[in-house]
Amino acid sequence: MRYHPLTGADRADMIARVGVSDIDALFADVPQDKLLRAPLALPDGVSELQAGRILGRLAARNLTASQAPFFLGAGAYKHHVPASVDHLIQRSEFLTSYTPYQPEISQGTLQYLFEFQTQVAALTGMDVANASMYDGSTATAEAVLMAHRVTRRRKAVISGGLHPHYADVVRTMSHMAHDAVDDLPADVEAREDIISRIDGETSCVIVQSPDVFGNLRDLRPIAEACHANGALLIAVFTEAVSLGLVTPPGEMGADIVVGEGQSIGNGLNFGGPYVGLFATRQKYLRQMPGRLCGETVDGEGRRGFVLTLSTREQHIRREKATSNICTNSGLCALAFSIHMTLLGERGLRRLAEVNHANAALLAERLSRIANVAVLNETFFNEFTIRVKGDAVKIVEELAKRGVLAGVPVARLTPGTELDDLILIASTEINTDEDREALARGLDAFINGAQ
Amino acid sequence: MNIQGRPTSSVSVDMNPHQTFNGNRALQLEEPLIFETGRLDVTGVDIEAPATVVSRLGAFERKGSLGLPGLTEPEAMRHYVRLSQKNYSIDAGLYPLGSCTMKHNPRFNEAMARLPGFSDVHPLQPQSTVQGAIALIAQLSDWLLELTGMQAAAMSPKAGAHGEMCGMMAIRAALEARGEAASRKVVLVPDSAHGTNPATAAAIGFSVRAVPARSDGTVSVEAVKEALGPDVAAIMLTNPNTCGLFEPQIVEIAAAVHEAGAYFYCDGANFNAIVGKVRPGDLGVDAMHINLHKTFSTPHGGGGPGSGPVVLSERLAPFAPLPFVLKKDDGALALVEHDSEAEGAQPFGRMSAFHGQMGMFVRAYAYMLSHGGDGLKQASEDAVLNANYVRVGLRDLMSQPFGDKPCMHEALFDDEWLKGTGVTTLDFAKAMIDEGYHPMTMYFPLVVHGAMLIEPTESESRAALDLFIATLRDLAMAAKAGKVDRFTGAPFHAPRSRLDETRAARAPVLRWSAPEPVARG
Repeated sequence: MRYHPLTGADRADMIARVGVSDIDALFADVPQDKLLRAPLALPDGVSELQAGRILGRLAARNLTASQAPFFLGAGAYKHHVPASVDHLIQRSEFLTSYTPYQPEISQGTLQYLFEFQTQVAALTGMDVANASMYDGSTATAEAVLMAHRVTRRRKAVISGGLHPHYADVVRTMSHMAHDAVDDLPADVEAREDIISRIDGETSCVIVQSPDVFGNLRDLRPIAEACHANGALLIAVFTEAVSLGLVTPPGEMGADIVVGEGQSIGNGLNFGGPYVGLFATRQKYLRQMPGRLCGETVDGEGRRGFVLTLSTREQHIRREKATSNICTNSGLCALAFSIHMTLLGERGLRRLAEVNHANAALLAERLSRIANVAVLNETFFNEFTIRVKGDAVKIVEELAKRGVLAGVPVARLTPGTELDDLILIASTEINTDEDREALARGLDAFINGAQ
Repeated sequence: MNIQGRPTSSVSVDMNPHQTFNGNRALQLEEPLIFETGRLDVTGVDIEAPATVVSRLGAFERKGSLGLPGLTEPEAMRHYVRLSQKNYSIDAGLYPLGSCTMKHNPRFNEAMARLPGFSDVHPLQPQSTVQGAIALIAQLSDWLLELTGMQAAAMSPKAGAHGEMCGMMAIRAALEARGEAASRKVVLVPDSAHGTNPATAAAIGFSVRAVPARSDGTVSVEAVKEALGPDVAAIMLTNPNTCGLFEPQIVEIAAAVHEAGAYFYCDGANFNAIVGKVRPGDLGVDAMHINLHKTFSTPHGGGGPGSGPVVLSERLAPFAPLPFVLKKDDGALALVEHDSEAEGAQPFGRMSAFHGQMGMFVRAYAYMLSHGGDGLKQASEDAVLNANYVRVGLRDLMSQPFGDKPCMHEALFDDEWLKGTGVTTLDFAKAMIDEGYHPMTMYFPLVVHGAMLIEPTESESRAALDLFIATLRDLAMAAKAGKVDRFTGAPFHAPRSRLDETRAARAPVLRWSAPEPVARG
């Protein structure tokens, strides 16, 4: 086996050196009637060449985002990532190192985490950010737990604009932790009155902007209402590129900002791995979950970085820890940080402008189709359309015709009578031809147009 | 696994008589932060101009600057390459972190994960367009079930601790279905457990009852029986345990747990010792997470991303979270994403936004395909043999807390042998850095004083092990001979000398901020 350096002769010598009769003597503590004698029902090992054929065949059965005009979003976005990003994250020293427990030989990881934390804090308009979470949805659930610790209350109010899967993750966690949830119904056009749901028992309010339907939301009045009632505002985003163009949630009064960082530096990957972003105010620092990298000096007084404030964490605090998180998304955070560094604020703004312009062009084009209506007043690079007919069927049919049209709302929340809605995202990757293909496809299927 | 946060004082040592002008030392290049070299008006990405449109941002357009500088591509390449050169890695050398399984990460797996058919597909595409991706998840899941002897796999957890959470949630759901969730609120956790175990249990409202370990480092069925009661929901037990030992009474423990109406959660962090040798399902385990980033070699990436699928016994299988793969009558594979499609199952909810760590699944699948059943078994046998080879090579100099007996895939020493030398476990670990090794896991498990947990994995050749053993022997003899200077203040040859962790925690600086302007006199 090409990955196993020991030879048969090595093994025999080493077994003798260890002083046992055979390898199974080292498994003497395993109940002998449980020791597997029969071979596993797995195929025999194969060469790299053969394994490549097998995986290549599986990969070929999937329609990729580059093979079709592509308009899916709803929490995962296709953007162009410069080739240098993937090259750099595949350097051995980044790819094959562990969590930086030994800072003297992990300064590479630690410095990029420090830079990442600074970038996330700046992007969100917050004081401090952690070294990453698994993804946006788990970051949101962790934010709720943190708000409960800060406020010593246990009820979260969930906006109807929060990504339904994020809401599911929060609900699951809250149910298990015996915490209360007040969730508002799906709010397609950002008309909900969430402020009236805040009371003296509310720990936090979770609002996404741009929301899952694409609407931009004014967080300021919600933040004020939260603070007047001793609650925290958790602001969520799923499209990090939006922060290049819209007012940062920190500026609108959010207390905790969480989001999905996939769209900067990371591919679609069929849903993972992604990178959760988590930022908050300085005063809540010690209630934060996750790893934190901090600056210090070495024995010669030179600047260096270490993981710090670990007295919050599970390996020290055990059942009193702020979270059980351990491994997070280091390498995805690196990809995010490299891409962000290449963009800079100038490039990020430009990228965001192109996204917004492309979405605006598309919305304008689609709104000219009979029986298609764009529902949003505001949006960044994603909006909701209402179509005549079953959105799931339409999207399925367009896929057969080689257009990946968007995400039917019913895919996220079946049975809510939102069967005629499609979320449509447009990024810098879309061309005039793409837009035309989608418009004609929709028109053809809905209206029978040629 | 490791412990951070203990007070460490930085020792001022003049170790470099040959100072350089700019602080660089040949290949050790000093590198400023991007915020110190980047400029706000610079970008390393050329982007076509946007079309002119009427803004749809409403009143939400950002007015101010974010303060995020950019670098051009050559500057960025240099920045990150220089940073990378300050990291140790498994590709560069032996990385014996116990409980972390730092084995070789095949680059073939990286290449496969980057095939557009896996990396460039969206999680919410029509399922008819992603049958290959779903088939891979289903096949990987089947293989994990075959290796563990379990009934169902939850693929969505994103790391080991997330998998623990998933397993404990499934247990909670099963208790709810039995109407016993309110009465069973206690989880038994041995003292030697990973910190994630009690943290997980506590996060979802269980209280933790400690189970003491025996003097031989294992948990006795008597101690478990003592702690069991009608209030107990589950036990969380690591096997092989964190002392590197297979729990000899695990079958009896499982039986006792089940008899008391509780469930058996097994922490699978150390699965690399037993793949193909013994199946957790055959031992009575009800739920176990599998760290694909340990046992199945997906790279650890400096702290993730990981992947922590959970395998469940027949008793817990109905409660597996959404989404999961269902084979339809027509042979098509469906991802079940909602309760309404669950066909009789009672999923306890959802762990994350999408279907799990697909990129990690592809790598783990490639690893298993390459190894085959025999190769996986050989990997575990070699991992165990290598650990014992190291143990035997050091046992006359270093002390073993539980006597001289075989270990599984990691060898545990304590600091008894360092008594009176003036050298601590921390010093010893830092001196290993100067010798070109990443230290072993230190001060864990907590039940062993000054613990040193060495896991060489199957990826090391005999020659590499011989040099490692010889190096540690030389260090051990130096410590015993009173050559304290080699240890105190080590490392002397790393990009940084010992870092002041106390200072970092006392006044935390967690982000860069512009220096205050200096007033001119």
